[in-house]
Amino acid sequence: MPRAGTILATLALMGLSLPATAQSIGHITLASTTSTENSGLFGAIIPAFTEATGIEVRVVAVGTGQAFEIARRGDADSLLVHDTEGEARFVAEGHGSERADVMYNDFVIVGPVGDPAGIAEADDVNEVFARIGAAEAPFTSRGDDSGTHRAEQRLWEAAGVVTASPWYRELGSGMGATLNTAAAMDAYVFTDRATWVAFRNRQDLTLLFEGDEALFNQYGSVRISPDRHPHLKHDLAAQWHEWLLSEAGQRAIADFRVNGGQLFFPNSQPNVDDAP
Amino acid sequence: MPEFDNAFQAALNLILGLDSTLVGILALSLQVSLAAVAVGALIGLPLGAALALWRFPGRGAVVVMLNALMGLPPVVAGLAVYLLLSRAGPLGQFGLLFTPGAMVVAQVLLILPIIAALTRQQVEELHAEYREQLQSLGLSRLRRIPTLLWDARFGLMTVILAGFGRASAEVGAVMIVGGNIEGVTRVMTTAIVLETSKGNLPLALGLGLVLLALVTLINGAAYLVGETARRRLG
Repeated sequence: MPRAGTILATLALMGLSLPATAQSIGHITLASTTSTENSGLFGAIIPAFTEATGIEVRVVAVGTGQAFEIARRGDADSLLVHDTEGEARFVAEGHGSERADVMYNDFVIVGPVGDPAGIAEADDVNEVFARIGAAEAPFTSRGDDSGTHRAEQRLWEAAGVVTASPWYRELGSGMGATLNTAAAMDAYVFTDRATWVAFRNRQDLTLLFEGDEALFNQYGSVRISPDRHPHLKHDLAAQWHEWLLSEAGQRAIADFRVNGGQLFFPNSQPNVDDAP
Repeated sequence: MPEFDNAFQAALNLILGLDSTLVGILALSLQVSLAAVAVGALIGLPLGAALALWRFPGRGAVVVMLNALMGLPPVVAGLAVYLLLSRAGPLGQFGLLFTPGAMVVAQVLLILPIIAALTRQQVEELHAEYREQLQSLGLSRLRRIPTLLWDARFGLMTVILAGFGRASAEVGAVMIVGGNIEGVTRVMTTAIVLETSKGNLPLALGLGLVLLALVTLINGAAYLVGETARRRLG
């Protein structure tokens, strides 16, 4: 028995001595979306930031709704999401102290090669959603209150379509899981371009509609309010925020390519003082 | 099924390539789950034995509760631990959220009921057999706990392995409290979820096969140790 006790105690100690990443002046926790993480953007730009500043960035990639909630509870030092309205509300409610445009990519509409609703010939995105609604063609939706889901819901509303089951399927899943399901069901799906380009399990899915201005997908960086959450690493988070908006950060974003294509387009606004 | 062929290929490449990222993820998976099992066993074994020996009002309710908690959904355990460890929660000042420590806490919550409930059942049966003998030796109930646990050790090994199986297989809890942060809290199961969401199905399944191989190794080692000890001690 004593020997078994020793073994168990040793194992318990192992748990306490779990790896601490060294060689950095500190780390921040960044709450962000699955689209930025899954596409590989963070893997490409964070090393440049860490090299320049010595600050490690730990990304928790979740849906935008959950990312806001994590930040609201004071569990993340910074926030990078794509829901401009939600970000403005977050700042207005006093959780955030500052918000800035960082970059954009766009949403696209993907569907089965056969295109039963004929959306490839649509003139604009309103017509795309109207055609899918009229044909009652299978459509898989994130249904998870993410930035992508919120954008999709605004487009249905703009097209005047009332979505209903059984053709409209709310999955309550991340973008990748939703694409997997759409591929298995031969359904239409609304996705950000970054996740789509990096996605491997396409089966019969193909890109059917893109390019309408209404599909613009703006990402913003939000600083968390020091008054609301004084314990956070605001100094380090400020450096991250500033770096994203700086020339170096913007260039790193522009330089990120998947299969030769650019996925995110930097568009931070230069400070008014710096403007020519 | 070309997917399965590709998955075996991916698993083989992963193992043969000994990719340093993969080794890190595997090591963290093992550390978190083994630490959780150790803590769960340190608390659960005596707790289960005590529950088998003592009679008190409400004991039935406690037994039912423990048995029911064996089916606690991992995501619920994760959510509860998240709310406790969150900055806005009661234990927020420790800054444990999104660290391996938080993952251990969540997994202990999942494993503890399994170890305690199964231990209670095994020790209770053993005690029914040895009660008179132990009484004639004049052992107090507290003193009987280590004796009974030691006597039930071979059965309890399976109990602990059941706890380890639960810990190494679950994803819901570690995903929420760990955050699946690359290089910090990414473990095998959360890596599998991530690769699945990237549509990288062969790699995801390949990672699953690697995890299964590792768990099989551990169970095999436990079996060998148990058999050797049994033969030597009779």
